[in-house]
Amino acid sequence: MNRVVITGAGTINALGHSVAETLDAMKEGRCGIGDLEFRDVDRLAIKIGGQVKDFEADGRFNRQQMTLYDRFTQFTLVAAEEAMAQAGLEFTGELAAKAGVVLGTAGGGVSTWDDNYRAVYEEGKNRVHPFVVPKLMNNAAASHLSMKYNLKGPSFTVSTACASSNHAMAQAFQIVRSGMSKAMVTGGSESMLCFGGVKAWEGLRVMSKEACRPFSANRNGMVQGEGAGVFVFEEYEHAKARGAEILCEVVGYAMSSDASDIVMPSKQGAARAISGALQDARINADQVGYINAHGTGTAANDKTECAAVADVFGPHADKLMISSTKAMHGHLIGATGAVEMLACIMALRDGVIAPTIGYEEFDPECALDVVPNEAREASVDYALSNAFAFGGLNAVMALKKV
Amino acid sequence: MTLNHEEKAGIMSIKDKVIEIIAEQAVLEPSDVTMESTLEDLGIDSLGLVESIFAIEEAFDITVPFNANEPEQSDFDISSVAAIIGGIEKLVSEQAA
Repeated sequence: MNRVVITGAGTINALGHSVAETLDAMKEGRCGIGDLEFRDVDRLAIKIGGQVKDFEADGRFNRQQMTLYDRFTQFTLVAAEEAMAQAGLEFTGELAAKAGVVLGTAGGGVSTWDDNYRAVYEEGKNRVHPFVVPKLMNNAAASHLSMKYNLKGPSFTVSTACASSNHAMAQAFQIVRSGMSKAMVTGGSESMLCFGGVKAWEGLRVMSKEACRPFSANRNGMVQGEGAGVFVFEEYEHAKARGAEILCEVVGYAMSSDASDIVMPSKQGAARAISGALQDARINADQVGYINAHGTGTAANDKTECAAVADVFGPHADKLMISSTKAMHGHLIGATGAVEMLACIMALRDGVIAPTIGYEEFDPECALDVVPNEAREASVDYALSNAFAFGGLNAVMALKKV
Repeated sequence: MTLNHEEKAGIMSIKDKVIEIIAEQAVLEPSDVTMESTLEDLGIDSLGLVESIFAIEEAFDITVPFNANEPEQSDFDISSVAAIIGGIEKLVSEQAA
């Protein structure tokens, strides 16, 4: 089995248009959630979100590209550009033939569906642009990355709701670890912040109208975000031989299915994914210093997640740090694991633990060290990143300082 | 059949409009698009073709009977710019009738 390291990272999200901006915001505990700005927002009950602002797609992409790039594809391309520039890998020959791209998204081109349904239903048009299908399909972003960077190996999109990115990155990790490829591009992207996207979420009545307050006793729901996170996963010796900067090592993962309920999380399912990741990484529970929580800020998730962590880690659960960065960037749904991976990299590489902001009241059902409101300096050797999706599909990544 | 001045002007503008749409798709000046040009000559691929047809349908509010799976079987001739313009003129006049 090969060791796998991360040699490139890129992002765009409500906290920033780059990794540096995002990590600065996380260190400051800045909140990227604000008033949503799009057509018909006045008809929504939920009017806040972690929306990407000051992003001018029209200047960045040409007219022909704009007809094919949904916003989720645009985010992917922007994040990938940063990740690829950092990695400095050129995909040619054998490397390109084996390297692929595995991305996560829950909704794909949601705003393309929204715009075109609006055109035919509301405006009564009988004709839509011929590229609606290639623009909205869930694999569009992965395909455009493969074309742009000459990635000719296994490439696909994983869609497991809020765990999509973690499932995707787990696949990419497995492909490099097993020796199928020397490198993979992976991560996820999501852009559901449009009228139809938020309206659908409103229906579930799990959204907060004020703020995302993970683990806080007065939490009242999740807040949606949008954006992308893209990484270059590379075989360790390959990265070392070319003198690449290594951000951290990916040491294991596990996936599990609750097999119980379509929306209610299960402590057992989450615990099996967490303990499975430790086992796969061959580490003991007490070696883990930080967990980036799924931490959605819903009543159900946060208490279930804390109970699962307590079960797996025993007494060590009270010593490790666990924070949810969703209070800052919102819940990026299918991209959330990718953006949250950045918090793990910051913990391992920079020794800074991103805080859980918006924390106001202690909840005895979430009695762990949630790094409330302010970032903390700490040396961490191993970190986990949790993702527990609707549908009971869980994926946990294990990472190590290099 | 004789055409009055207005009808002639209408047909001229159909030609100019179609050429403008094709030129935009090919990223060329309208003056570079001749009646004899084929779509291949102009560098318009299959996606470019369906996008051009979409733009033509929008411009003239017509439905062009074209199936990308079997272009030869379609009632709509796309073998040259002249053929396309001829087909559009016919569709527009049928719609007006």
